[in-house]
Amino acid sequence: MKRAEVPALAAHGLEKKYGQVRALRGVSFEAYPGEVTALVGDNGAGKSTLVKCLAGAIRPDCGRIMVKGRPVSMTGPVQATKHGIETVYQDLALASDLDAAANVFLGREIRRLRVLHDHKEMRRRTAASFAELGVGLVQDMRVPVSSFSGGQRQSVAIARAAMWAKHVIIMDEPTAALGVIQTEKVLQLVDRVRSRGLAVVFISHNLPQVIEVADRIEVMRLGARTARFRRGEVDVERLIAAVSGAYSNEADVPNGEVTA
Amino acid sequence: MNTTKTRRGAAPDAPQKASAFSMVRTALSQTSGLTFAALIIMVIYFSFMEPGKFNTISNFDLLAQNLSILIVLSVGATFVIATSGIDLSIPAAVVLGEVFATKALGWFTVGEGTAVDVTDSETKLSYILVALLAALAAGLIVGVLNGVIIAYMHVPPLLATLGTLGSGLGAANLLQDGTNTGTSALSPVTSGEMIPGLSNIILIAALTVIVGWVALRLSVFGRYTLAIGSNEEAARRVGIKVERHLIKVYVLAALASSFGGFLSVSYFGTTALSGHTTDNMQAITAVALGGTSVFGGVATMLGTLMGALIPSLLKNGFIIMGVGAYWQDVAIGFVLVLTVWFDQMRRKARTKQ
Ligand SMILES: Nc1ncnc2c1ncn2[C@@H]1O[C@H](COP(=O)(O)OP(=O)(O)O)[C@@H](O)[C@H]1O
Ligand SMILES: [Mg+2]
Repeated sequence: MKRAEVPALAAHGLEKKYGQVRALRGVSFEAYPGEVTALVGDNGAGKSTLVKCLAGAIRPDCGRIMVKGRPVSMTGPVQATKHGIETVYQDLALASDLDAAANVFLGREIRRLRVLHDHKEMRRRTAASFAELGVGLVQDMRVPVSSFSGGQRQSVAIARAAMWAKHVIIMDEPTAALGVIQTEKVLQLVDRVRSRGLAVVFISHNLPQVIEVADRIEVMRLGARTARFRRGEVDVERLIAAVSGAYSNEADVPNGEVTA
Repeated sequence: MNTTKTRRGAAPDAPQKASAFSMVRTALSQTSGLTFAALIIMVIYFSFMEPGKFNTISNFDLLAQNLSILIVLSVGATFVIATSGIDLSIPAAVVLGEVFATKALGWFTVGEGTAVDVTDSETKLSYILVALLAALAAGLIVGVLNGVIIAYMHVPPLLATLGTLGSGLGAANLLQDGTNTGTSALSPVTSGEMIPGLSNIILIAALTVIVGWVALRLSVFGRYTLAIGSNEEAARRVGIKVERHLIKVYVLAALASSFGGFLSVSYFGTTALSGHTTDNMQAITAVALGGTSVFGGVATMLGTLMGALIPSLLKNGFIIMGVGAYWQDVAIGFVLVLTVWFDQMRRKARTKQ
């Protein structure tokens, strides 16, 4: 398997404290173009915190973030967007009183006369993009997303990210709340986005699913990376061991942790 | 060739028709159809019960004139409430608008006195414009204060605007030494009829509603306002500068209020230091009755217009029918609580899905 040398998105030694809680303890991370990188770890391992740092939603206390090998300062979500990074947050982050198109274009409206928005055009493009991505919903384009089911809302969030992402798309537990069919759709979407050459970062607790879709797997524990695997290198049992701290193949294991 | 052209011409036409229809439909559903129905029923009922008294043109005209200023205030309040905020400082911005406008008239020397003392036929456009700008400056000050206190100091809107309400009214009284100033210099603004048969004050209120509607429905500003009211964090994550936007919203509301003050001096011919104390409650009632959600994210300008009309329509009707006018207050209180309760239930039903 051939792979690009320079990661589309990388982090080195990120630290983040919430009061006494050390959510990130020098975590490093890489995601390559055209690959799905799965990020796994127990609840509280710091996955969401890492993702928020990468997306510019929060600022790490220290550490470096690099886009295509160049260090960047993620001072806010706008920076991430400028670098072509889009995120589907675990806590959905849709404005539920607005319709799908308004959400998809929120913050980057198509404008008329500088101050007005061209909602009809935004709706048309949203529908086109949803159709292309295989997200049904086109008939519900006029209702606020609060009237959608959880799965439909997730689809809107993912479609929004997929529409705008230029280099990286990050999905924090996108299938956690979904049924079988919706999950299958999301996985197809992940495939489609990967084949467009984007780096996909995928967080999931469903380890068989992770093994199925991921080209690479990075394991986090207590705010640091403890293991890395390539596709085919790992089975569910070993992955469970890595998640629980019983296995590690990284040097920078958090202090005091015993590894086998 | 020809057929292609016709088709191309026809294609964009069809969705336009559909959207005009759906616009009416959404307008109705958003104004909580109930409000709309209540309005219609009231007009029909009172007209039928007391024909000749209620539905005469002059009665409607008088009603509309009296309500025009409230409508202007309510248009501003709609934006604040759409962010799930509240603006209690409306009376302060109104009265400061009045005071600044009359103070500005005092800058012009006319004969022995100042522009404050001129008759409505002697007044000049320049006096009026300067008075208007002064009134808006008052609104700008109140609005920026509200916005900064709420967005950057994180004081809850209820208390932030309660504070500026007290301080603003106090400042107005200090500036005026507790006495009102009368003037006819501004009266042409509201008394004339630029469109024959329609007094200017009604025209101004109508234009304000239209501008408010465009700003809310069609502008990016309105969309950000609703997005922030709906999910502030979501707005922030897509790069909307939430703090700055909130300041703009509170400034807009205070500008509407101080413009209302300008209209009030013009219409009544005097400042009214203690004449606006319930303006905030009336405006908030109008907005909530109209179907704008006090929980934020959902707002309707048409609803606000109707919400502003209902209490007075009811009062007028009650007076004409000989029912004690205070029953109107009792009834509106109940209806207001019901409206917000319905909104609450609707939200709960949605999130349960
Ligand atoms: N906003 C916050 N305030 C305080 N603690 C937080 C906050 N966000 C996360 N944490 C803490 O940081 C740690 C990592 O959380 P998180 O990144 O959500 O983990 P994961 O997504 O892997 O389950 C947890 O101990 C969590 O309680
Ligand atoms: Mg998480």
